[in-house]
Amino acid sequence: MIFSRQRTVLPGFKLTLGFTLFYLSLIVLIPLSAIFFKTATLTWAQFHEVATSSVAMASYRLTFGASFCAAMVNAVFGLIVAWVLVRYQFFGKRLLDALVDLPFALPTAVAGITLARLYADNGWIGHWLTSVGIKVANSQLGIFIALTFIGLPFIVRTIQPVLEDLDTEVEEAAASLGASRWQIFWRVIFPMLTPALLTGIAMAFARALGEYGSVIFIAGNIPMKTVITPVLIMGELDVFSYAKATALAVVLLVISFILLLLINLLQWWSSRHHAHL
Amino acid sequence: MPISEPAKTMSTIPTQPNPIAAPRRATMEPPWVRRLLIGITVGFLGLFLILPLVSVFIQAFGKGFEYYFKAIADPMALSAVKLTLITVAFAVPLNCLFGVAAAWAISKFNFPGKTLLITLIDLPFSISPVVAGLIYVLVFGAQGWLGLYENADHPWFPAFQSWLNDHDFKIIYATPGIVLATIFVTFPFVARELIPLMQAQGRTEEEAARVLGASGWQTFWHVTIPNIKWGLLYGVILCNARAMGEFGAVSVVSGHIRGQTNTIPLHIESLYDEYNFTAAFAVASLLALLALVTLVLKTWAEHKRNAALKLASE
Repeated sequence: MIFSRQRTVLPGFKLTLGFTLFYLSLIVLIPLSAIFFKTATLTWAQFHEVATSSVAMASYRLTFGASFCAAMVNAVFGLIVAWVLVRYQFFGKRLLDALVDLPFALPTAVAGITLARLYADNGWIGHWLTSVGIKVANSQLGIFIALTFIGLPFIVRTIQPVLEDLDTEVEEAAASLGASRWQIFWRVIFPMLTPALLTGIAMAFARALGEYGSVIFIAGNIPMKTVITPVLIMGELDVFSYAKATALAVVLLVISFILLLLINLLQWWSSRHHAHL
Repeated sequence: MPISEPAKTMSTIPTQPNPIAAPRRATMEPPWVRRLLIGITVGFLGLFLILPLVSVFIQAFGKGFEYYFKAIADPMALSAVKLTLITVAFAVPLNCLFGVAAAWAISKFNFPGKTLLITLIDLPFSISPVVAGLIYVLVFGAQGWLGLYENADHPWFPAFQSWLNDHDFKIIYATPGIVLATIFVTFPFVARELIPLMQAQGRTEEEAARVLGASGWQTFWHVTIPNIKWGLLYGVILCNARAMGEFGAVSVVSGHIRGQTNTIPLHIESLYDEYNFTAAFAVASLLALLALVTLVLKTWAEHKRNAALKLASE
């Protein structure tokens, strides 16, 4: 038996591993398998009809589009924020650094109603934007703003440690060989940050795909226009069509698993990349 | 590592002193670039983080202190607070116990499938909260595997089902469902904090204690716990914040019965949907305050944990 041949004097292996597997199965694996059993009660034609209906397709386009745009905007600003927080000294830096995690700590419902009020037509930011003809509340732009809010820490917190560990000697070498600061950034620093940046983008994107609480209030949930996939699932549940809800959930779940795999690959690449430096 | 807070190091990097007269270092940007980038950072974070945070409190007090306290002392609000506290009282200790057990098994022993186990522990982070709620409805709901209240001739778990019927024990649209959904979404927090920390610390200290005659429990309490306490605290803080604030998953299994199955976030939603914005923000300000406390405690515990991690790697 592999399990009984432990070359250590420490006790508790069977107890702790047993409890871990029991709890994991009870809370995660068994309930999760229910979704696939439920889908199996649908025929392929039924599943196909639900998963590719025009409402569902519209929700995928919106969810993916908004999540992607939010992740990209966060990539640009997150990189700048991480750079500034690591490299520069200025008043209030530590406060800003701690605040970056706010979207993790603030419950999504609170973030949702706050953003919805700020960007409402009569809100603090909303009334300025309305006066120049930009409508955020109850529009796809609102969804993008909510997803940008929740995705921000992922990018900053994945780039920050890599940037902190970066050896300035490489930059000094490049500078002594005559490279300009801009060349050093693009040719030397940026390539070293790429794996972390891509990991952060993938994490922010994956989180945005499943996001619910911060989006529903600002989105207005107008059919075919501002309904994201999780809201569509919720709508099916409200009318007790569990099979339809499950079919949509399976689509979301499979995409999440693919992204999880991608993130793991990126992190593996990132750590290898890092080890070479 | 999946979708969640990436581990972050708080070490302060000594930045170059700002030379006024001396020529600029080759590894430093020109002052105007620095100022521009700092400006963009402050502007972006100000717009996306500080402004929303400040606006929660300003809107909460929009109708004065009296209205604020009335909104919080409302019986429906208090029952929501009570339900949230009950949920946390189950979810946090259970996930904490699981986190310690999982980290002990993974960090102190070798066994096949360890990487797969770590990936599976992280799984709940990559699942949409709505889907997390849905899976419990599928298992325990009226049409689910175990909640077959009407369908008495179903072959699955007949004994369990008749017990449920006899005792009128509801899971979905009741407190147990809310607790289960919350446990699911906060499942990895403690484990994913402790696993890397305990792996870095290895098992030599525990082995030394055992060889010197300490029992298993003595080793755990007097050697392991002092080593991991900051990482444990960090995980518990994050787990607690998420458990109190979870919305999507709880929303699916709650049924939104006011005064009975509304947690704090669900109560906020109910108030908001009635256009009772000031009351919604008053209750929301409690959770915003919790978020601020979480950030402070987290920054502090993170600092201590990184010191422990650094000690372990030396």
